[in-house]
Amino acid sequence: MKFAVPVFPGSNCDHDMVNALRDILKADADLVPATTTDLTAYDAVILPGGFSYGDYLRSGAIARFAPVMTAVQAFAATGKPVMGICNGFQILTEAGLLPGALQANRSAQFICETSDLIVRNVETQFTSDYAAEAHLQLPIAHGEGNYYCDEATLAELRANHQIVFEYVDNPNGSVANIAGIINRQGNVLGMMPHPERAVEAILGSTDGLGIFKSLLARHEEATHA
Amino acid sequence: MLKNNELTPEALRDSKAYQEWGLTDAEYQLIADDVLGRLPNYTEAGLFSGMWSEHCSYKNSKPVLKKFWTQGEQVLEGPGEGAGIIDIGDGQAVVFKAESHNHPSAVEPYEGAATGVGGIIRDIFSMGARPIALLDSLRFGEPTDTHTKYLIEQVVAGIGGYGNCIGIPTIGGDTVFDASYQKNPLVNAMCVGILNQADIQKGQATGIGNAVIYVGAKTGRDGINGASFASAEFNDAKASQRSAVQVGDPFMEKLLMEACLEVIHDHRDVLIGIQDMGAAGLVSSSAEMASKAGSGLKMNLDLVPQRESGMTAFELMLSESQERMLLCVKAGAEAEIVQVFEKYGLDAVTIGEVTAGHQYQLWHHDALVADVPVDALATKAPVYQREKKRPSRLNKQSHHQFMPRIVDATGALKKLLQQPTIASKKALYNTYDSQVQTNTVVKPGSDAGVIRIRHTDKALAVTTDVNGRYLYLNPRVGGEIAVAEAARNIVASGGQPLGITDCLNFGNPEKPEQFYDLDESAMGIARACQLFNTPVISGNVSLNNESNGEAIYPTPMIGMVGLIKHQRDITTQDFKQAGDAVYVLGETAADFNGSELQKMLTGEISGELFDFDLVTENRNQRLLLRAIQKGLVASAHDVSEGGLITTIAESCFGNGFGVKLKSEISATNFFAETQSRFVISVSSEHKAEFENLMEPYATYLGETTADDRLWIETADQTFDIQVSFAKRLWEGAIPCLLK
Repeated sequence: MKFAVPVFPGSNCDHDMVNALRDILKADADLVPATTTDLTAYDAVILPGGFSYGDYLRSGAIARFAPVMTAVQAFAATGKPVMGICNGFQILTEAGLLPGALQANRSAQFICETSDLIVRNVETQFTSDYAAEAHLQLPIAHGEGNYYCDEATLAELRANHQIVFEYVDNPNGSVANIAGIINRQGNVLGMMPHPERAVEAILGSTDGLGIFKSLLARHEEATHA
Repeated sequence: MLKNNELTPEALRDSKAYQEWGLTDAEYQLIADDVLGRLPNYTEAGLFSGMWSEHCSYKNSKPVLKKFWTQGEQVLEGPGEGAGIIDIGDGQAVVFKAESHNHPSAVEPYEGAATGVGGIIRDIFSMGARPIALLDSLRFGEPTDTHTKYLIEQVVAGIGGYGNCIGIPTIGGDTVFDASYQKNPLVNAMCVGILNQADIQKGQATGIGNAVIYVGAKTGRDGINGASFASAEFNDAKASQRSAVQVGDPFMEKLLMEACLEVIHDHRDVLIGIQDMGAAGLVSSSAEMASKAGSGLKMNLDLVPQRESGMTAFELMLSESQERMLLCVKAGAEAEIVQVFEKYGLDAVTIGEVTAGHQYQLWHHDALVADVPVDALATKAPVYQREKKRPSRLNKQSHHQFMPRIVDATGALKKLLQQPTIASKKALYNTYDSQVQTNTVVKPGSDAGVIRIRHTDKALAVTTDVNGRYLYLNPRVGGEIAVAEAARNIVASGGQPLGITDCLNFGNPEKPEQFYDLDESAMGIARACQLFNTPVISGNVSLNNESNGEAIYPTPMIGMVGLIKHQRDITTQDFKQAGDAVYVLGETAADFNGSELQKMLTGEISGELFDFDLVTENRNQRLLLRAIQKGLVASAHDVSEGGLITTIAESCFGNGFGVKLKSEISATNFFAETQSRFVISVSSEHKAEFENLMEPYATYLGETTADDRLWIETADQTFDIQVSFAKRLWEGAIPCLLK
């Protein structure tokens, strides 16, 4: 399985993601520049965390105009998996690939800590490795992770089981404790916590592995089917 | 304010306007009579004012810095370059340096702190290293007045704003509050990088005809002559000097860092030298690069990328606009280098070349605006041997130790845990990304931050320390303790101390009593460094930390890096399981002068500092490190401010274990700050071997428990408190104060 990790100017979790994929998951992963216009050679795309274009104006607001995002739109339309972590999630909402928006944290401060999460939907290709309602410990590190959407959207997210991860102790003020959501089609996931920071015991948690393992297992099934 | 209507050389001489830039009459005379043999023009005088500032020339501190021990077989690069370098084996090396940004942070705390971080990062990557960790050593006044709260909030936001964005984890540091820093806060930032020894760079400009290339952000009118500003004494009138403070752009620096590292790794055959444009901007970087190489240099300032129109040569040369670097590149290879920077959307412009001879020549609007010997700028600043006089505060000291009598041990503990200096700094460091780069094994809040070195079994432990109160009572012994405590933190984390960097934060050296503090503390630091085999490989001097004539406590911040040879040796301060044996390593005496308890009970610190013995310190550190390396230690925590009781409480807090201990020590002495001690926990299977190794230096106190209760029966009273409750007090104090 071959992953593409687009690098926007200002991305800073791009290498962390590739290291996790290559060193720990033993998967193929390429860093691809934001000028890339073709992602068809890949099986999955992961938008990494960081401060794309300095996050000036608004987190992810400039990144969504990068050439690679046109390719990401096309890639997502084929049904292949796209995941956005932290700044990647912000970019996905700015690009309209996921509903809602990420506002400044309720505290108006950047927060770096380990958050307790509950997996609310294990029927996705990103979470099938987890037990239903599993509790995870994943690091968060963001200034703008306060997920917002209107009532109607929230109702829709709930009705379609699009809320994938919830915080146990809401750290940032997110609507309905939302930490991660998936699109209606089930192939675009956005989440504020960092699974790539939780793949080695020495760094404190391996709870992030399940996401990558889920994707790898799904791909394995698909290619052997 | 600086004037655009430049004075003629004669008018400059007569008006003595150079004094405003920090040049003395004698220095001006030296430039005119000895260096140039003519009157310097406005631009030239400006160049000298920047280069001969304390910040660039160390003119007041050189005789002191000479006392430092900088040798050691592990040192690959000592003081003098952008940062020092130490061998860590396997062809790798660690690069680190600390720098102060005290005055800018007092005036404009967000940008002052942010650009302090930005500047130290450039020092590290200019050596060819990838920055892997940041630390911050902060000193504020008591967090009770609104201005201090504003400073804390903005400084912390500035540090986070820069480090989080650029993607370098902030993994440690220390924050202390004392009225001594009320008007003159200290903001010291340290950066650690790692590199392959083959990639080591130097800031030099050699080879006649080779190109001098300016890269990065455009030059504006920010931070003009900041080096002189930072080197002068601070007063209320200066508080409005915001134009002397730079503005940072971490996004720009991220691009600059990646581009520079790409040039260093992939174009090493054409890269001659690289240097950060830090203090005194373009003049210091270019003059130092040429002087170090014994070359001359000429530059055409019309080619300097500019953010504003109508900038004068003076402004262009002395601007401290951030995120700029200067490269020396082989003639003919300019386009190759420019292409790399263009890929990142950065300016890269050839603005000059290396010349034969030793002159430093600047052209602006087709006129030669400066023509001075380059060594005169870079190395020939006068050096002052300042007068030294034992301060009257030391002569008046009581020889007796403060003798507190604690009648309510648990009550005193509760109060102590809420003292700002003792209380948890989580509310501050949780706003820093401590995990980006996915190498952080021990996050902020333990004795030292620990970063593993990817693809090896090694790790680095890093810490910053200094207790200014101890130095105030005895600058020499306080200096020894600063190094000892840093080493203690490294050892408690499982590391072998490798070397130090420092920020020497002191008052006005022209005052003999202030110079005494600087000189004595340097002697203490030097002696301790030699004993611990931790050479000083880099550092920075920040003098004139005075406000309206009142100096801060002498505060030589020590930043130390240690090597953990095997990742299994990484040790944290938290108790690991119930039933582990708890020991204190080292003797406890009634040492209270300069202690947190003395401050809490009397509102001040006073008296002669307690005794301290470096040999005992070193022995205890070696004992602990050996025990850790033998795999006998479950947790280790150094005893520092707040004494034994604070240390034990903190070890309980991490994982929520309790303790049931019994001791011959009095409850009062549980607050004593005797040095050279550790609290260590050991699992039952290793107890015998541990005791054997430690005999007779460690004392068994009792066991950790699964109960939510800290229970210590002392010689006279019992500490008895719920761990979770104590932790709430300890964690809640700072957020409550900052509200």
